[in-house]
Amino acid sequence: MITVKIPAQLRVATDGEGEISVEGGTVGEALDAVFAEHETLRERITEDGTLRRFVNVYVSGEDIRFKDGLDTALDDGDEVTILPAVAGGG
Amino acid sequence: MALEGLRCKECGADYPVDARYFCEQCFGPLEVVYDFGALDPAEARRKIQAGSAGIWRYADFLPFAAGPPAERSALEPGLTPLVRADRLAERLGLGEVWVKNDAANPTHSFKDRVVAVAVAKARELDFDTVACASTGNLANAVAAHAAAAGLASYVFVPADLEEQKLLATGVYGTHLVGVRGSYDDVNRLCTELSETRPWAFVNVNLRPYYAEGSKTLAYETIEQLGWELPDRVVCPIASGSLFTRLGRAFREWLDLGLAGGEPPVFNGAQPAGCDPVAEAFAEGRDVCKPQRPDTIAKSLAIGDPADGPYAVELARASGGAIDSVSDAEIRDGIRLLAETTGIFTETAGGVTTAVLAKLAERGAIGADERVVVYITGEGLKTLDAVRDGHSAYEIDATVADFERGVPEPAATGAGA
Repeated sequence: MITVKIPAQLRVATDGEGEISVEGGTVGEALDAVFAEHETLRERITEDGTLRRFVNVYVSGEDIRFKDGLDTALDDGDEVTILPAVAGGG
Repeated sequence: MALEGLRCKECGADYPVDARYFCEQCFGPLEVVYDFGALDPAEARRKIQAGSAGIWRYADFLPFAAGPPAERSALEPGLTPLVRADRLAERLGLGEVWVKNDAANPTHSFKDRVVAVAVAKARELDFDTVACASTGNLANAVAAHAAAAGLASYVFVPADLEEQKLLATGVYGTHLVGVRGSYDDVNRLCTELSETRPWAFVNVNLRPYYAEGSKTLAYETIEQLGWELPDRVVCPIASGSLFTRLGRAFREWLDLGLAGGEPPVFNGAQPAGCDPVAEAFAEGRDVCKPQRPDTIAKSLAIGDPADGPYAVELARASGGAIDSVSDAEIRDGIRLLAETTGIFTETAGGVTTAVLAKLAERGAIGADERVVVYITGEGLKTLDAVRDGHSAYEIDATVADFERGVPEPAATGAGA
């Protein structure tokens, strides 16, 4: 089982749910499983099948761009966190 | 007078003035929108010149409803020196170089500008605690401005930060939290915390307002150059927020008739040990590939820069570039600036000066160009960068020992 954490500002698209439990062998599969339950989330997070450029996804704290992106393999119990990428600055 | 609201830079969706920073539709960054209406440039200049001796003289161009915010503290940054640097120009074979020394702010970096704006906005929005994710300079500024305003503060930094920056933060009585990890880890943590804590994270949920504070650096440059734009600017890039807001501010005053000239060429400066924006520029991409920083320029060590794509776009559209320089070049840059201008900058300023030298060397700067170099922080905060880099003499207190041990001055005159 994978836990996908949804940022507070997007929970209107998940009926208020902040954590969604799904099955999936990769980040892409886990997100697809979330989108299957909450279709409007798909267009907010992805564009033409890839992540929007201001969306960051982490697996247990690690940015998936340092791994295999949406193909990053998941183990049972992993936590996938979706966060906006527009924070920060020295 | 002019504040309208927030708007998504990507899809144009509108939002009210509150603590939010990204678009719920597309995750794009939100930006403050103004309506300056029919502004009379002569009248606006008079009003500015009659204003305070700091950033609040530009309050009509900052994200507040009418004039300087009532919630501002007495710790006002701004109106830092713009110094003509003829000896630096001569050393590099350039025509006209100016150094904007923004170390001359209350906590010795340009971050006082963004924090003063963000903390005033935090008070206006009724927050009683402010926070930030910082590479050091922002930590100093948030702790100080929170103290001046009587707010509680939480400051998150990478645990391995320079000692000077940690001490110069802790002294203000903040909650100083060293996070085991990189700045990008700190930033992710703060993004998560901002969802559950009722705090104003200046560079997370208040980031649209915070970023506007950087514009005052451009306004001052224009005013100090006699209401003219420079031909070229050289500016450090970490998240890209300062770089892009300079671009926005120059354009704003040009369009409003407050500044004469043409939009400047934008040159960005990054350390080679953390140069995701320079790399994207060089490879013709606008999306930055995140990096794991390894550089002495810790204040620029942001491996996943939020405004990276916009910084690349600005450099490209203005006919500029984004360059990176090695740690050795950064040390040389600090020394070059110190020896030719008397200004001692931290590593970020070494990066900027080294990139200026690099541009001069490759002939990218015309002889008749007026160049402004942005020095964003103070050398005393990164003393390790200059350790063992100069000669010193230790002698007995006798004339004989002095004459034996210390050489006569080199016949340099005004040059060298």
